[in-house]
This record gives sequence, structure tokens and C-alpha cells, in this order.
Amino acid sequence: MSSIMTDLPDENGFFGASPNDGDDNQPQQGYGGRYVAETLMPLIGEIEAAYDAARVDTAFQARLEELQRDYVGRATPLYFAERLTEHFGGAKIYLKREDLNHTGAHKINNALGQALLAQRMGRQRLIAETGAGMHGVAVATVAARLGLPCVIYMGATDIERQQPNVQRMHLLGAEIVPVHSGTATLKDAMNEALRDWVANVDDTFYIIGTVAGPAPYPRMVRDFQSVIGVETREQLLATQGRLPDTLVACVGGGSNAMGLFHAFLDDDVAMIGVEAAGEGLESGRHAASLNGGSPGILHGNRTYLLQDDHGQILDAHSISAGLDYPGIGPEHAYLHDSGRASYVAVTDNEALAAVGLCCRLEGILPALESAHALHEAGRLAAEQSVDRVIVVCLSGRGDKDMDTITRHLMPEEAET
Amino acid sequence: MSAMPLNTETLNTDSRLTRRFAALREEQRAALVTYVMAGDPDLEQSRQLLERLPKAGADIIELGMPFSDPMADGVAIQRAGQRALANGQTLVRTLDMVRDFREGDADTPIVLMGYLNPIQRFGEERFLQAAAEAGVDGLILVDLPLEHGAALTARARDLGLARIPLVAPTTPLERLPALLAQGDGFVYRIAFNGVTGSQRLDIAASLGDSLCDLKRQTPLPIAVGFGVRDGDTAAAIAAIADAVVVGSALVERLTDQGIEAALALVGELAEAMQRAP
Repeated sequence: MSSIMTDLPDENGFFGASPNDGDDNQPQQGYGGRYVAETLMPLIGEIEAAYDAARVDTAFQARLEELQRDYVGRATPLYFAERLTEHFGGAKIYLKREDLNHTGAHKINNALGQALLAQRMGRQRLIAETGAGMHGVAVATVAARLGLPCVIYMGATDIERQQPNVQRMHLLGAEIVPVHSGTATLKDAMNEALRDWVANVDDTFYIIGTVAGPAPYPRMVRDFQSVIGVETREQLLATQGRLPDTLVACVGGGSNAMGLFHAFLDDDVAMIGVEAAGEGLESGRHAASLNGGSPGILHGNRTYLLQDDHGQILDAHSISAGLDYPGIGPEHAYLHDSGRASYVAVTDNEALAAVGLCCRLEGILPALESAHALHEAGRLAAEQSVDRVIVVCLSGRGDKDMDTITRHLMPEEAET
Repeated sequence: MSAMPLNTETLNTDSRLTRRFAALREEQRAALVTYVMAGDPDLEQSRQLLERLPKAGADIIELGMPFSDPMADGVAIQRAGQRALANGQTLVRTLDMVRDFREGDADTPIVLMGYLNPIQRFGEERFLQAAAEAGVDGLILVDLPLEHGAALTARARDLGLARIPLVAPTTPLERLPALLAQGDGFVYRIAFNGVTGSQRLDIAASLGDSLCDLKRQTPLPIAVGFGVRDGDTAAAIAAIADAVVVGSALVERLTDQGIEAALALVGELAEAMQRAP
């Protein structure tokens, strides 16, 4: 199966028209590309070639599938959330249970794929950036499994607020480097990982955690995550004999959303990405690059960014550290502009309420990130008739967020 | 991947950069290229430093345009950029600095170095015109690779701005022709794989060999930068290259000891390079 949309990006890594392809006075600019220093250009070319070879190598794919099944625990269930559906009284809500993966989130789908590619390329050292720590834990996990040393860059601010994941990574044998530069959060961790990579091009593989960065990363990460949508499609066809009407997923960088969406791009299925509205879009304290940002260039790709009038990157804010990033994957920027997917924003408080509701009605503790998508799915379900089907990507479990959740939902317990 | 063919008709044969390199060739010495961050530590001190650099021994000035997320820079230049931004530095102010400098110095080439996003936000065409009008001579754009730079390079050439290509130790020989075809002014050879100022440069024989390879492929002067911290290193590079770039060491000296000490370092380096064989 191929179409205009599923064949993207083009050879230069652009989703949509390439920069300067059209009228020079009105340059049409695509999203994506490879905006990196010359030192890295030959290297990302090597990664692209190695990845394209691995994609069609049956031995590589067989090894990936075997580990996905026996180590990660795939396929994850597509679960009919009966009581949430009853509660909202409209469309049927299904949850794609990525929280049941080994390490508790979708992040390991990509970490495993890239680590196997690194091994195939003979790279002896893995590096990664992490915000909330879920991608860091996933990389530390596969690094341990494959016997490769790994270094995780994490903002000093994030290290303070995500101690359990920091301890987990240490236990798994990872070295954690606190990043103090800039604002000491996820974007700075990514800058620092890029700096490490420039200095260690010969032996190091950089496992980027989301569908962003220079080409081929947005495509490669999407492909490794697309197992989410492929399974969802098979599962719903097998049990209900139909496709969903609507897909809903949270979007920080956007890897779980791209993973869910990709298998349905050519179908008559609505797609909704849910950004973090933080304290509200009007407050200025949010992480909604599409709803509150503008196009620009950061971390090797052109995409929507939170930036000031001078092109300096602004701080993102979200109660969920995993959505706390001032950019978004370039394919989402393209899907947004083309109208193929729509993007809404959900506040900190709405996400917190969705956590409580999902716990009480389904006995499932979702990650704060995923709770953004749950809130939007509930709102939509209530508006739609009972014969409609909504699939929500439950991208991760919420154990890591217990401190934050307790403080906000049960302040009396947090004080004791 | 497409590269722009070499268009010799639009190369700038008479520019401040070509004149400066021709004069230095007469004098049989290499150029000292000094990097400072525009607006660091604040606008007034940065203006003073810029104005006094040529007399202290700088042959060419690289002026950094601060960016919030400088992914190819080490700690010294990152912090310089943060200080400049905290003190309100903008692209407009940086161009004003160049314009003011030009009133007192018509000969010393100034090259702007930075990242693409602030330029795109300002508007590429608007920026190129304003830069040319202010008296800028060239551009080093860290995150604009050959593959995405053809249109900007062509427009810069039309306006008399040199697009200075960065060549890395990782750059394969077969990539050089396309890279060099887009460049003019001079070639910036990054001395090692890493970020600016991250280590002391060790002049290995391999660097000399690689510069010979490069010289065979381009008539442009070759500058070597990243890791030049003292007179000995500067002199060693001056012996094998056309220009020596000093950045982080100068920025650190400015931060730690102020303008006079920074200018003294420029003088020391210039003097050491004069002694080069």
C-alpha cells in the first residue's frame, strides 16, 4: 500500500514541499529536513542508508519482532473501556494499552528498534535525551539487554522532579549526565546529546526519543512506533469487523500519535492530536506548538515551535514532563497544515481529572501525558452516537506521576 | 541531494575579504580571525571590543549572533549567547553594531556566525539585504547544510555576501566539490569533531595532510578553527593554513578578565603568528 501521504518524507527528509522549490519570492517550505552541523551530515547519511537496508532485511525484522513479542510483551491489548463508554453515554471508547509494554510506555518500541540498528552498524555506545525519563528508562533497558553502554542526558530541573526514573536508569547501568545549560529541561538535554554526538561520531549512536530531529529520525521513529496503529487496525477488524471512526493521542514530540495514526492515513478515519494547554493557551504557560506556536528550525528540523518575535526558543510548560517540549515532529506539522489531522489542546487540570476518572471507572492509572488524550476522547464520545468507535492511545502508565497526581488530586494525603 | 553548480561569474573577486587575504599574502602571513559574541557581556562593552579588535591584531572579525539553543557550541559560547540575550541583544542590534563599526573601519572584514532560526524569523531576504547594507562581508550558518542552502547562497552572492562553507573532519572527499562550489570568502575547516572550545587542539600530522587535500580542491583561503587557545597553537596552524580562528578562548578571557585582557590575548596570538615560519 502506498499513497502520497504514506510515501512521505521525500529524499531530503521533507514532509510537504521542500524549501525554495517553488517561486523564489514565495518560498514554499516543507517540514523536516536536515538542519545540522556539517560534522553530523555524513553520519546521518550513514544512518539513513543503514536504516533503509535494515527495513528490508528479513533477519533484522525477525529479530525485532521476536524481541517485541518476548521481551516487550507485544501485541498490546486493544481494550473496550466499557465503564468510560457508559459514563460518557456516546461513542464506544477503546484503549490501545501501550502502558502494558515492558517499562510502561510506548517508548520502548522505538528504543529497541534504534538500538538494534546501532548494533547492526557496529556502534558501541548509545546516547539519548530524556525529559520525564520514560525514553531514558527505555534506552537504559535495551542497552542493558544488548550489552551496550549508554549515557542519558537529562535536564537538572527534570532530574529533581523525576527521581524514581533517575534511580531506575542508574539501576539499569546507565550513566546520567545532568544538563545545566539553557533552561535545564528536555530541549537542553537534546542540545547536549547533539553536542556529545558531534564529539563522538565514530562510535556513538544517538537514539532520539520522538518523531523529531534531522532526517531520517522522524521517519525512522514513526516506523518503529507504527506497530501501534498496525495492531490496532488488525485487532478492531478482527473483533468488530470495522475500522475506528476517530483516533485520539497526546502529542509532545508526537511519537505515540504518529505510531497510532500512520496505518490509517489512507483511510476514512479522523485523527486528533492532543497538545498540552498547560495552564491555558491564553496564559502563555503551555506546550502547544501547533495551537500556540509558529514554524521555525530547531534540533535539525523545520517544524512548529514555541518562539519569541526574535526566533529565540521559549520554554514549554505542562504538568506532564513528557509533553513539556517547545517543538513537535515535522510530520504532525504537515498533517496539521494539510488538514489531514486536527490538533486540540487540553489543560493540566482537565488531564488531572481524566486520571481520576480512568482510575475509578476502569481501574487503570494512566500517565498524565495519556490523560490529555483521554479527556479529549471523553468529550468527543459524549457528542457522538453509540455506533461510533473512538480509539485512544493509552501511551503509558501513571506510576511515575504519583507524586504530582497525589499533590493535586489528594492534597490531604500529600501533606501527611 | 542537489548541489548548486559553481558559477564563477557571480563570485566576488573584489571584496573586503579577498582584498584582506591578498594583502596578507603579500606580507606572507596568516590571518588572525577573532570570534566575539555580539552583545556579550552587554551592548556597550561589546561595541567597544569590536571597535578595538583590529588595532589589537585581528585581521578578520567573526561576530556571533546569539541563539537560545546553540547545539554546536561549547559552554563558553553558550553562556556568552545567554548573557547577550539576557541583555536584550537582537539581530537588529547586531547589524547596528556592524554599521557603527564600519563608520570607523572600512577595511576589516566582518563575518556573521550563527543559527538559522533567528534569521528565518527576521526574514531571510530582509536579513541578507540588511546585512549587506550594514557592511557585513560574509555568513557562517552552522545549521544550514549544503543540501538546504542553495537559494540562500545564491541570493547572498547577489548581494556581495560570502557564504563561508564549514568543512569537518568527517566530511568525505566526494562531498567537497559541491560544498566548495557553494562557498566563497574562505573555507572554515573545523579542526576536530566536537563543539567549539571543547578541547585543546592537538596539531596532528593528519590535519596538515587533510589541509593539503583541501587546498588541491579550492582556490579559496583556508581557515582552521575550534580549539586554538594559545600562541603556540596559533603559530603552528599559521604555518599550515591561511587563517587561524580563535573563539572560545577569547570569549572566556573577556568573561574572566574583561576587555583589556581580551585585547591583550589577541595581541599575544598575533605576535606569536608573526613568528611562525
